[in-house]
Amino acid sequence: MTHTLEARNLTVGYDADPVIDGLDLALPASGITMIVGGNGCGKSTLLRTLARLLKPRTGSVLLDGSAIAQLPTKEVARIVGLLPQAPVAPDGIRVADLVDRGRTPHRGWLGGRDRRDDEVVADALHVTGMAEFAERTIDELSGGQRQRAWVAMALAQEPDILLLDEPTTYLDLAHQVELLQLLVRLSRERGTQVVVVMHELNLATRYADHLIAMRDGRVVAEGAPGDVVTVELLRDVFDLEAVVVPDPIAGTPMIVPVDVHRA
Amino acid sequence: MTAAGTARLRSADALRAARRHGRRRDAVLVTALAVAAVVLFVAGLVFGAKTLALPDVLRALSGQTVPGVSFAVVELRLPRAVGALLAGAAFGLGGMLFQTLLRNVLASPDVIGISTGSSAAAVTAIAFFGASGLVVSGAAITGGLLTAVLIWALASRRGLSGLRFVLVGIAVAAALQAVIGYVLTRADIKAAEQATVWMAGSLSRSLWDQLAPTAPALLALLAIALLGARTLPVLRLGDDSATALGARPARNRILLILCAVLLVAVATSLTGPISFVAFLAGPIALRLVKRDSALAPASAMIGAIIVLAADLVGQHLFPITLPVGVITGAIGAPFLLWLLMRGRTRA
Repeated sequence: MTHTLEARNLTVGYDADPVIDGLDLALPASGITMIVGGNGCGKSTLLRTLARLLKPRTGSVLLDGSAIAQLPTKEVARIVGLLPQAPVAPDGIRVADLVDRGRTPHRGWLGGRDRRDDEVVADALHVTGMAEFAERTIDELSGGQRQRAWVAMALAQEPDILLLDEPTTYLDLAHQVELLQLLVRLSRERGTQVVVVMHELNLATRYADHLIAMRDGRVVAEGAPGDVVTVELLRDVFDLEAVVVPDPIAGTPMIVPVDVHRA
Repeated sequence: MTAAGTARLRSADALRAARRHGRRRDAVLVTALAVAAVVLFVAGLVFGAKTLALPDVLRALSGQTVPGVSFAVVELRLPRAVGALLAGAAFGLGGMLFQTLLRNVLASPDVIGISTGSSAAAVTAIAFFGASGLVVSGAAITGGLLTAVLIWALASRRGLSGLRFVLVGIAVAAALQAVIGYVLTRADIKAAEQATVWMAGSLSRSLWDQLAPTAPALLALLAIALLGARTLPVLRLGDDSATALGARPARNRILLILCAVLLVAVATSLTGPISFVAFLAGPIALRLVKRDSALAPASAMIGAIIVLAADLVGQHLFPITLPVGVITGAIGAPFLLWLLMRGRTRA
């Protein structure tokens, strides 16, 4: 089932210096959306507000047309999943137990589990390639495996909308690509709406179906990467002098910074 | 069905089996801890100034009058054992809640000064106002609560950090220790002695008239805290993940911390500060249980076992009778050093 997630006239932060300033946004109902922008542009703040971790000072986030703050939080949790920027794992927790906690919003107060809970957890472990590590503890894993374990937990939540806050930070390039390919598969095969805050511009243009560029708490441009990423946009949004060439593999825009020392 | 599908179903079965195994193991562990607590509880009734026969003790408990036994068991040893059980469970559970919610083993109420706050208030009441009995208990509870509020106000600015709680708590504890020192030097010698005995942490005041208000309060608080601790597995994932999973971490944490403060303050009002029980029970429970859901009952049991055992040791193992707090301190301090040396302070 597809859901709509929108921001209406959103202002977040303090009076004098809001991080997000009167922002309107309707996220596409399918595909992978990536939010990019320079440091401090408000992209993480936007994602955290969309995930109801931050309360907007004015305006609201609407899930299927209703203000998310007014909806029962457990009901929201069955639709919207989140992988935070720095998730906290309890010492010594096993991967299977961590992923199992993703089922929390689907459980009653007594926390009883049924057969389907186990099937969903097994599936999440399988899809993320973590099945063989199910009995390991989180601190025994490499950075890439750990990140996949957290994605598996978010998947066990069975969200229709999955928000990820800079999921590729701390990963080497191979693991960054691996994680993004996993997100593409989720989006294509399960119809999950994936929204990612990304630092890595070239990976964002390569893997996004829809790109949102932010600066100073506002959306500067949005659309397909091929339409949005231009030399002017890079100058405006990132203060970056660069040329844009077609990616030799995917044909998507590739950003090559201009460096006067090597030009 | 495809081969991959079958494999996934099989691994769902494997997950279920592993989870059931873990749950069964934790159930056995908690039962074993409960049995140990009961054994120590009964031992506390049997051993004393005079060792009694177990059948006589049981007959006295059932309400029959057994000459030379009934008074000692029903009026002296039973309230002492009940006090040890409840106070121990309260310290154990309260301490574990502090440590896990503030994510630092050192953030236990006896390290960050909440017990010291109770002591300062109780000692002041004893030494300057000649208070005794329930008035001292009331002062201890109030002192503990006020200290908790003070530490919370000072440490929770700009977000919640366990380390800041520890540092602020240690500073507050040091200031309160100075208050205690001042009171003890100004008080007359008899009141000062009474106050010192109170601070050593002892079960000698655990009699029915003291228990009448504190025991039901502790039972109710233990029940609320055990129920509230059901949210611990999700809270331990941090506020962002907990919120995303549909919990309300800020509200749940305040409720649980409030419970923990009350548990520790009320227990302290009964026994004085029994050092290191709140600090020890959580880390021990964390190493014993498989699943987070067993953490709360296990730490309550372990707290009760420590206090019951330490009281038996203090009364009988040495030529002189030692207050229970002296024994727990002697075990707890080396354990703290060991934890610090191994660098494991995250809860």
